[in-house]
Amino acid sequence: MSDVTPETTVRVAERVERLTAETSEGPQGLLERRATELNELGREVGAVLRGTGLALDPRDVDVERSDDETMIINMGPAHPSTHGVLRLMLELDGEYVLRTKPVIGYLHTGMEKTGETLSYVQGATNVTRMDYLSPISNELGFCTAVETLLGVELPPRAVWIRMMMAELNRVASHLVWMATNGMDLGSTSMMIYGFRERELILAFFEKTTGLRMNTNYVRPGGVAADLPDGWEDDVTVICDTILERTDEYDELLTGQPIFRGRMEGVAPISAEEAMALGVTGPILRSTGVAWDLRRTMPYLAYDQVDFDVIVGTYGDNFDRFAVRLNEIRESIRIVRQCVERMPRGDYRVQDAKVTPPPRARIDESMEALIHHFKLFTEGFQVPAGEVYTAIESPRGELGCYLVSDGSPHPFRMHVRAPSFVNLQAVPLMMRGGMVSDAITVISSVDPIMGEVDR
Amino acid sequence: MALEDLHHNFLTGRLEDMVRWARRASVWPATFGLACCAIEMMAAGAADYDLARYGMEVFRNSPRQADLMIVAGRVSQKMAPVLRQVYDQMMEPKWVISMGVCASSGGMFNNYAIVQGVDQIVPVDVYAPGCPPSPETLMHAILTLHEQIRTGEVLRRRGGATPPAAGSGGWTPEVPVAVRLGTPT
Amino acid sequence: MIPLPPTAPPGVACADALACDVACFPTPDGYVDLVRAWREDGFELCADLCGVDYLGHPGRDLPEGVVATRFEVVVNLLSLERRQRVRVRVQAGDREPRVASLFGVYPGTEAMEREAFDLVGILFDGHPDLTRILMPEDWEGHPLRKDYAVGRVPVQFKEAPGPR
Ligand code: SF4
Repeated sequence: MSDVTPETTVRVAERVERLTAETSEGPQGLLERRATELNELGREVGAVLRGTGLALDPRDVDVERSDDETMIINMGPAHPSTHGVLRLMLELDGEYVLRTKPVIGYLHTGMEKTGETLSYVQGATNVTRMDYLSPISNELGFCTAVETLLGVELPPRAVWIRMMMAELNRVASHLVWMATNGMDLGSTSMMIYGFRERELILAFFEKTTGLRMNTNYVRPGGVAADLPDGWEDDVTVICDTILERTDEYDELLTGQPIFRGRMEGVAPISAEEAMALGVTGPILRSTGVAWDLRRTMPYLAYDQVDFDVIVGTYGDNFDRFAVRLNEIRESIRIVRQCVERMPRGDYRVQDAKVTPPPRARIDESMEALIHHFKLFTEGFQVPAGEVYTAIESPRGELGCYLVSDGSPHPFRMHVRAPSFVNLQAVPLMMRGGMVSDAITVISSVDPIMGEVDR
Repeated sequence: MALEDLHHNFLTGRLEDMVRWARRASVWPATFGLACCAIEMMAAGAADYDLARYGMEVFRNSPRQADLMIVAGRVSQKMAPVLRQVYDQMMEPKWVISMGVCASSGGMFNNYAIVQGVDQIVPVDVYAPGCPPSPETLMHAILTLHEQIRTGEVLRRRGGATPPAAGSGGWTPEVPVAVRLGTPT
Repeated sequence: MIPLPPTAPPGVACADALACDVACFPTPDGYVDLVRAWREDGFELCADLCGVDYLGHPGRDLPEGVVATRFEVVVNLLSLERRQRVRVRVQAGDREPRVASLFGVYPGTEAMEREAFDLVGILFDGHPDLTRILMPEDWEGHPLRKDYAVGRVPVQFKEAPGPR
């Protein structure tokens, strides 16, 4: 360009500086070694887990290393393979990762605050948008907390419908995980397959709930609608197809040398480390701890169905893959039992306090109309108190802490998002690995940013 | 030279029409998935809906190589500057689809954390409604955009070439970079 | 209700809680000791930690001897071995809520404490890196406090008024 003058160069430099300043997060990011306290340094390399408590050995964190030997690079928040708007700052020594710090909050939606303004009836609409791959689990977590506070007992059909939908959702969620994980490793065909199978389940969701995602199907007191006619056939077809295809994936991925080479032995985590970090779900199970809330602290009717808890041994990437792959099979097993044993009866409690009157009655009776209107505008009151309930979402323990002051709105709603806690394991898993493995590590943790940031 | 002497088929037309036609048929989207809508965007690109039919399956990871930004999901206050930066890095001509009610208006999250409409940050060409918009809706939005490109102007300067107001700080109206660098601040 | 662990500090009140084996209310000084005692007693996982702002709802149910303050920190512990849950609720103060950090007991509370700091504004002594986690670094206020309005706020770019 002919019009490049010193002046324009200065302007460009200013512009770059301004943009950097706009998007930098200051101390939230990864700082240089000399600007970082020993404690934090230890945390970032996972050294605190090895010692007892905070008694850190400076050699563990390699304080001698100077900043000009290393380089800090930035991945995200708009990076193609970070699974949403996750930003990772990595300190590298050549190709090796020394420290990692996830910077999150790029999808902070203020759902906990919004949840305080919505009534309990509307609450499920809000939480369903947290973990957008398994909306049913979120709704279930929230509704379980509300129902525990209310003390209502669900009719058996509602319980089994919930269980079946939650398991179908788990299958869909794991399929998307396999798809994106394949994509991250360069296996584009897996990407296409995963989404293809997921469509089957989404089509059934659309038929039952009216929406493909963010269904708002599980509501306090039951579910929003009964299963559609002919659902047994639909679900059976889904089960048969997916089970068959799962074997294909097994063949496609498990036996593939490139895939194994990139997954096996990469980013291991031990059971002690996982528990110290609060990690749950497939990551904890991949380390060999058979902890699955469906089995160990059963909710719904999980104590009446037959399934295995899948565990791994080494806690590396490959184990996490294998656990999820086999969980698809187990979930299908549960779904089949649900189809066989689905009880008859009501799909929501017949408690006038939480359940709107049936549509037919609204046309006939004024009281029913008023009741319906009140329930949806004001909502119902929940006795004062506080409760924490947890369920097993595809990513781990999904807890909901509710404080009620007796009004129709939650006083405080807090969701313990499994991905949020699991993300803390990333720095530990990354340490000493290669940059190219960073992608597979993030992918194997399976963070859903909507849930991390809420 | 008479036309009969030519040995190949050819078309005549206005250059503008050709450019529009070519642009319309090869819009490359940037991957800018933010939240739930991004999953539906991915589903639209996958087997069942197959965006490749419109010449759009090449989701580009680098904004430099993309023409279309599909803002799929809610934009938080923390993400807003990043989004603007990615948009600034895209080359002209560029288009924006705001996918989902969150991106279009904040949706159900009218609170402190979410930007109430991405059009406050970048100019939007097409809004796709829905929460999430189904892949069909997204495809409809894309076809609408194609129609706009086919019938729109070839050269356009978004937001006009007015210099940024003094003291407007980080936010400058969209002006091609060359123009912006030449304007007095 | 399960008994307190043998190494628990004195002055801990206990109560029954829904869907949980016991809720205990330590004094702020005994808070970390109590959590450590639970950990030694087999509660190897800290499931959740969050802050609650009780402004406008002072009359909550607390056992005798516990003085309610505006802010409360709620910790949910989980024992994989015993399959039990325990809740620890500590009163964090009114003006400048402040409790000790659990980072030395459960390193996994790091992100949760940062979140409680960011959204509710509770300070954690001894936390290695107490910065905002979800909001931008230069954000003002703590959104989940009850005196922080939910409502629509104008777009805030750093150091700049929004375009609206
Ligand atoms: S519009 Fe709906 S689906 Fe899309 S990001 Fe917003 S909440 Fe999620």
